Amino acid sequence: MFAYVVRRVLATIPVMAVVALFVFSLLYIAPGDPAAVIAGDQATPADVERIRQSLGLDRPYLVRFGAWLWDILNGDLGTSIFTNLPVSTMIAQRIEPTLSLMVVTLILAISVAVPMGVVAAWKQGTVIDRAVMAFAVVGFSVPVFVVGYLLAYFFALEWDLLPVQGYTPLSRGVWPWLQNLILPAIALGTVYIALIARITRATMLEVLQQDYIRTAKAKGVGQAGMLFLHALKNAAVPIVTVIGIGIALLIGGAVVTESVFAIPGLGRLTVDAILRRDYPVIQGVVLLFSFVYVLVNLAIDLAYTLFDPRIRY
Amino acid sequence: MTPTHTPKAAARPTRRALLAAPLLAALARPALGQGTAGAARVLRFIPRSDVAVLDPIATTAHVTRNHAFLVWDTLYGLDADAAPQPQMAEGHVAEEEGRRILIRLRQGLLFHDGEPVRARDAVASIRRWARRASLGQALMAATEELSAADDRTIVFRLKRPFPRLFEALASPSPPACFVMPERLARTDPGTPIRGELVGSGPFRFVAGERAAGSRLVYARFEGYQPRAEGEASWTAGPKRAHLDRVEWLVTPEPAAAAAALRAGEADWWEEPTAEALAALRRDRNIVQESLDPTGVLALARFNALHPPFDKAPVRRALLAAIRQGEFMEAVIGADRSLWRDEVGVFPPGSPMASDEGLDVMEGRRDFDRIRRGVTEAGYAGEKVVVLGIADVPPLAALSRVGAETLRRAGLEVEALSLPWAEVVARRTRREPPADGGWSISFATLAGLDAFHPGVHPGLRGNGADGWFGWPTLPRLEAMREAWLEAAELPAQQRIARDIQRAALEEAPFLPLGQYFQGTAYRRGLTGMPKGLPAFWNVQRVNG
Repeated sequence: MFAYVVRRVLATIPVMAVVALFVFSLLYIAPGDPAAVIAGDQATPADVERIRQSLGLDRPYLVRFGAWLWDILNGDLGTSIFTNLPVSTMIAQRIEPTLSLMVVTLILAISVAVPMGVVAAWKQGTVIDRAVMAFAVVGFSVPVFVVGYLLAYFFALEWDLLPVQGYTPLSRGVWPWLQNLILPAIALGTVYIALIARITRATMLEVLQQDYIRTAKAKGVGQAGMLFLHALKNAAVPIVTVIGIGIALLIGGAVVTESVFAIPGLGRLTVDAILRRDYPVIQGVVLLFSFVYVLVNLAIDLAYTLFDPRIRY
Repeated sequence: MTPTHTPKAAARPTRRALLAAPLLAALARPALGQGTAGAARVLRFIPRSDVAVLDPIATTAHVTRNHAFLVWDTLYGLDADAAPQPQMAEGHVAEEEGRRILIRLRQGLLFHDGEPVRARDAVASIRRWARRASLGQALMAATEELSAADDRTIVFRLKRPFPRLFEALASPSPPACFVMPERLARTDPGTPIRGELVGSGPFRFVAGERAAGSRLVYARFEGYQPRAEGEASWTAGPKRAHLDRVEWLVTPEPAAAAAALRAGEADWWEEPTAEALAALRRDRNIVQESLDPTGVLALARFNALHPPFDKAPVRRALLAAIRQGEFMEAVIGADRSLWRDEVGVFPPGSPMASDEGLDVMEGRRDFDRIRRGVTEAGYAGEKVVVLGIADVPPLAALSRVGAETLRRAGLEVEALSLPWAEVVARRTRREPPADGGWSISFATLAGLDAFHPGVHPGLRGNGADGWFGWPTLPRLEAMREAWLEAAELPAQQRIARDIQRAALEEAPFLPLGQYFQGTAYRRGLTGMPKGLPAFWNVQRVNG
């Protein structure tokens, strides 16, 4: 197992290298010029050229890629073209809100969706099942920003129950922190709840047909024990896989959610950087997201062994 | 990070709130319990965009200029009559028939690091600014020597009298001439200042609380000395900081900004969209007004390097196709109080504005005649690449109407709709339109940036050294020179009329009208500025 983990961690290095090359090349050929954005609306070509030179944007592709790669290997993600702040500092400033949003969303989604899916499978064909499936369809169909605006309108503007926007660091207290995350987490989590609930239901339906479930029932195992200990554990592998895949959904959704609720997270940082062509920041954030995604996949692979002892690495 | 949350439901109970309250009381109570102690002297402001570049000389972005007016002060300010008034300067003396100007700094001026403001700081600041500002370049061209005679005296030795000297130093058009410590002002103007932002203005930039792309914080600088006399007017007069802190909350999403303003989580939203303004109009806690009487001028800019717009007659022929009202309605709606048509090259109501030559855009519009006129002027069916902007609503509206107008005028149009970041890059390209260049694009200028020929970038005719479009128009350049040297207002106005007529003949751009951008703030703020979003003299009457 340990050797497997080490092998998988080492395998991230070529993956990250390919991502780095891909991202750098893509940005190089993408239209746009950060020097022109910095110079502003009334700048002359000479102003833009002067800024381009001072930023080193006039250097050849290979020289720029080499310099960037060298910096990365030395643990330096570079400096933002616009803010002059180190990319690592900007990411550090933004990582807490995004991480908080994702964690709260994950907890909310799993704690709501898994029981929903289990109950829907148990009550297959009943009103409960149909209600869960209807929710799942709606959850899939309504975009994150629509859910976000509706929540903000009712819970923040009309009823004044929760803040409409912003983020409060955890260091200022759990409730102030959570207060800012409830609405965004519901908005972001809706599609995720729908996805997990559907997969849980489908997998549970399959498992509930198995002989050992019938045996458990015959032996007099209680309903809850049968559902959550016997059936759910055996249905867990596909559910965990979907949860892992959903992390990518969360990363994408966080960009929209952070905009709707004005949360200063990595999603907004990425969008701002793309709009301005702040290359070092885009590269740094994409590398980070790729790394996180690779690690999440590794964690899921390892989690399989907990639920299915037959799986060995 | 905007932790504060101002409750308001208690003051405005609704049936829905009453129904929801019992169900959600437990959830609500902690939120309602979080107060805003001390908020009376904190102002939360939503700027038009993020202040990506903090250095006001390295960029001409207005949001950076507005940020800079908090942090730095200027030697001269511009009042509502567009007259320069001493600001950091105590006053000046003109000697040798106006060829030697001595500007005396006020006593006791301090930078935010506690160091006194010295004349050599001002000299270095003027030099850096002048390399980027067109009016500054004209000033330096007329200057033989600029020096500091002592700690408080700046000396201009001029080759010839330069009547626009104080106007240049006072112009708030970006880049404005902010006074920085000499060590910062020695930075190349093309390189944004790195590290510390040591200011000279009424508020201190709190670098430690900056979250790039999200929040900027300014604290009152206790060492700032406002002018003792005069009346606050635009960027002139006493700048009294009544607020302890000004927090800029960068909120790119208009719906989030509107919600924050309505919920009291923000106090002032600089530039609401037209849709948001319409929605906010129903909220009695929110005041809407246009702070800038000079408005915003819209224009279509030609690329004068390539056919068909390398020919002035073709450009001029298109003036007859322009109905400014169509553009303005697309930008800001049908409410006539928000826009003006029959607008020339200067903001209506400003000293240089006139109706000279505007008859070309009046009368019945006959597109058959316009098409014939365009052909006779030399249009040979070349493809016209319209560099449209997709993601800035006013510019997107101008682009749409502009492309359609050109089509109706008989031009073969390829209409692009690109993100702003791509447009600003592409419009610096001087290649022919077919090789990745462009033919016509759209821009807006704040009224102050088009206030007179000295600052209006669209009226330059200096070719490759000028604004995008690069027309070479010696006649306009000569007129500008004459305007810069004209000392008296009637002479300036006469030249400005000539410039407008020449500009409509040469047509380096098409004037598309003037609109007034509304701002929205919560009731209870007083001392709101005019001209630009400034924070001195602003205070709350109820916390």
